Order: sequence, then structure tokens, then C-alpha cells
Amino acid sequence: MAEKEDIITKEITLSMGPQHPSTHGVLHLLLDMKGETILKADPDIGYLHRGTEKIAENLFYHQFVPYTDRLDYMAAMSNNLAYVLAVEKLLGIEVTERAKYIRVIAAELSRIAGHLLCIGAWALDLGAMTVLLYAFREREMVLDLFEMLCGARMTLNYLRIGGVRYDVQPLFKEKCLEFAELLPTRIKDYEQLLTDNRIWLKRNKDVGVMTAEEAINLSISGPVARASGVKWDIRKDEPYLVYDRINFDIPVGENGDCFDRYIVRLEEMRQSAKIIKQAFEQMPDGKPCIDMPDVVLPPRKDIETNMEALIHHFKIISHGFKVPKGEAYACVESPKGELGFYIVSDGSERPFRVKIRAPSFANLQATNLMCKGGYLADVIAIVSSLDPVFGEVDK
Amino acid sequence: MAVGPDSILVKNIREKFGQAILDTVIFRDAVSHLIKKDILIEICSFLKEDPALQFNFLSDVVGSDYYPQNPRFEVVYHLYSIPQRHRLRLKVKIEEEEAVPSVTSIWKGADWAEREAYDMFGIEFEGHPDLRRIYMPQDWEGFPLRKDYPLKGYKDRYNPYGEEKKS
Repeated sequence: MAEKEDIITKEITLSMGPQHPSTHGVLHLLLDMKGETILKADPDIGYLHRGTEKIAENLFYHQFVPYTDRLDYMAAMSNNLAYVLAVEKLLGIEVTERAKYIRVIAAELSRIAGHLLCIGAWALDLGAMTVLLYAFREREMVLDLFEMLCGARMTLNYLRIGGVRYDVQPLFKEKCLEFAELLPTRIKDYEQLLTDNRIWLKRNKDVGVMTAEEAINLSISGPVARASGVKWDIRKDEPYLVYDRINFDIPVGENGDCFDRYIVRLEEMRQSAKIIKQAFEQMPDGKPCIDMPDVVLPPRKDIETNMEALIHHFKIISHGFKVPKGEAYACVESPKGELGFYIVSDGSERPFRVKIRAPSFANLQATNLMCKGGYLADVIAIVSSLDPVFGEVDK
Repeated sequence: MAVGPDSILVKNIREKFGQAILDTVIFRDAVSHLIKKDILIEICSFLKEDPALQFNFLSDVVGSDYYPQNPRFEVVYHLYSIPQRHRLRLKVKIEEEEAVPSVTSIWKGADWAEREAYDMFGIEFEGHPDLRRIYMPQDWEGFPLRKDYPLKGYKDRYNPYGEEKKS
């Protein structure tokens, strides 16, 4: 075997992606390498750019909700939520208590779905295929719950400006509570497979380290920032909906490496299950939508029997509704971090400007900082631990 | 949390910068200051360092096009303070072809957000370390989110449904 000094290496630039299976979609990384060491990692994005913000300017407010599903398609409810909250803020309306609890449940279910995919795909990328299969088994249950809730599995379009589309049915409640009970035991399974697994530890411990100061300075949010020790969760620090009435913890990491990001996500799923249980306990009776016929579409069966409802339905669908002039920014803690919608209204039925503050987009800025000095194989773990979803990064 | 005119977000900043704050709007519990472009860097450093304000997190940099108004563009900075838990919006109005100082020296996270504003609106950020397009191909012509850019794009060999370019 050649001595270390004898090996001659030269700098090369490796193009990883956009069709690489472990770049979670269409991430194109330009890696400057010396041997196997990364000198610089430069993400090249935009392969999925669809101009969502431009589309939004040309649609009625309520027509844009389905487009938000296609941002972070792994956790569509969170996107719906951030958008409808922003429009409701502009309108100055507050939804019913029941709708708030339903929204919390929906958002937490989608957090679980998002994190399950993150951990499953991450383990798959690092060679532990079993975990993906288990994670998808549970994710399937979440998707079934969504189907029960609104008839769709991935692109849900469930939240509506002024409330939610359908009320919660007793069967959904029963199944959802069953799932919330079951999930922690399943998380234990993943932990048995991964947390003390030597390969998993070798690949993730002390890989892609980022300090808290660096995270804040780079506008990193969500589980990635919390794994670095930034104790900041929008659900706790600026409570929206009913998060201030629910008891849950914010897991925070210490080392800011890939392993901490994994642990934080596992713990967040446990907390989500806890939140769902409490939300069902506290949920009052009531309507799923507020009573505002010029904004909220009437229920389907009313349209067939009630003339007024038919008129309102026709009016909203064909003309939309006017939103007061002004601007508002609403943000939620999505599975990836701070997801915000900044909407400028000029008083008409269509938004003048919609800006999506996508957490994956901002978080991806950390790639170079985390990869620099590491090995090529670490890049895979780092990208997985950042969990970018390209519907959201590229908008 | 309700924000009034006597909040530190309004009072402290107006006291310190006075004339350079052109307008302050409080709408739906959010404070936005329209400021002069010249003091952008100064005010951002102050907001970040001041112990009562501590805006250590730059949430986003947004470009907006108010065509055909003059000045045409607006750059909006969304700031958040993790220790103090408050938000603030700063706005700068600029003409077409006018550059804004980059805030990347204060918050590194502004890097991609400013590149996006450049890509979509053609707003130049002075002092940005690497200002190039982020979503569109590097040789793309035009800036898609401008109000005078057609929704379907311009007609070319790849886009038969686009609009004809006005010469």
C-alpha cells in the first residue's frame, strides 16, 4: 500500500445531482474536492422553479390555497396553514375555536408525516433500508388519516380562509387517537434500529457541525437550528392558533451535528403525538368555519337547497372577495422551520404580491458551512439532515 | 401581542433616527418603517446590536414591484429577535437601476434572499459577495416577477405560447 504522502491528488469539481437519488429531489451540488475532502459545496437550485409567487398575483385569494400544497408537498397542511393565516390576518378575522383545534391537529399530523419521510429517506441514503420501510408504514397511516379527514392524501387543500373544509368525524378522532398512542412505540423501534447503531453513529456524530451563532446568522430555523442549540420554536415564542393552551416541550440539541438533528426530529414527533391528544381533549363543539358568507363557501348540501347559499357560492367562485389594503406577514413552525407568507394587498380580489419565506430555501444556505472540510460521504448525511424539499426551495 | 405607537419598536427607532424614518405604519400588530436608503446599514447594525431590540435574525428580504409608480421598487426586510420575540419590517424604496446596500455583512443569511430579489426583480445589491441569478438560468433575459413581465413569459423557440416581445 502506498504511503499517505505518495498519493497525488488534484482538485476536481464534482457535479452531484440534479438526478442523484440521495439529493432529495433536484438539488444540484457543485463540490470542489481535493481527494475526498470537500473544499467548497455550492448548491445550484432552480430546477423546479414554477413561479408560484407570480401565479399567486393572478389568482383570487381562495384559489391560491391548492398551490401552497405543492410547496412542501411532504407536509401540505403546514403550507395551507401559513397562507390562510396570512390572508386571515389581512382580513382581520379569527376562526372558530373548533377550527383552531382542527388546524392544530392537521398541522401536527403533517409534521409527523414530514419528519417520518425525512428520517426514513435519510436512513435509506446511509444504507439502512429497513427504517425507510418502517417509516413509510407509519406515514401511510397518517395519509390514511388525511384521507379520512378531507379525501386527499398528499395535496390536501383542506384549510380554507375562514376555517376548514370539513368537520372532524368521530371515526377520524378515534383513529387519530389510536395513532397518537401507537406512534411513540414505533419511534422506539426506529431508535432501536438507529440511535445506538454503530454505523449510524459513525456517519452522523460530529458530522456537519454548526454552532448556534452561525445558525442564527445564516437565518436557519426549525429543527436544524434547534439541534444547534437555538431554543426557538414559533409555536412557543409567538403562539398562533391554540398552541399557548397546549403543554409540550421543545427539544434542543447541543452539538449541532447530524445526529442531534436526528434526535431533535424524533423527539418532535413524540411531542406532536402529545399535542394531538391534548387538542382532541380540549376541542369544543362548534362550526368548522366562521359565519362570513362573502368569504367562506357554503357547505355543499346547502347549495342544493338554499338559494342564498347558491348565490354566495357563485359570487365567491366567480368574483372572489376583496381584502383590505395593507400588508401582513404570518409565519408558522412548519416541519422545516419558519414558513411565512408576506402578502401585500391593494384592496382588490387578488393579492398584489405574495412572498413565500420558505424554510428549506434559507436552511440550504448552511450546506457549504457544514460540508467544508468533511468527506464526500458526509455530504449525503448533511443534505438529508437539512431535509430540503424542492417544491419549497424552488417555489 | 398588540403593538402601539409607544412600543420600543416605534419609539426607540424614531428617536434615534428621526428624519431618516420617512413613515411608520402599524397594521395588524406589525410595525413597518419606511426608511431612507442611505441609513440602511446604520439602522440594521443598530437594530442588531441594541440590547433592547436585538434583531439577530433576518427572516427574509423581499423585493416588490410597484410599476408604474415612481420610485418603482421596494425592498422589504423582515427582522426577528429570538431573545426579545418581536418582529419588525423595514422598507426601502428605490428607482429602477438604483442599487441598495447589501446587508450580508450584518446577517449572512441575506445572501440567498438578496440573490432571489435580484433574480426576480433585477434589484442590485451593492457589496453582495456573489450576486448572480439563483432560480433562473444565468443567461435568462428579463426579470420574471416584475409587473411588466408577462405571466406566460416571452415567446421563443421553447415557449410558443408566450407573448411577443415589445421592442
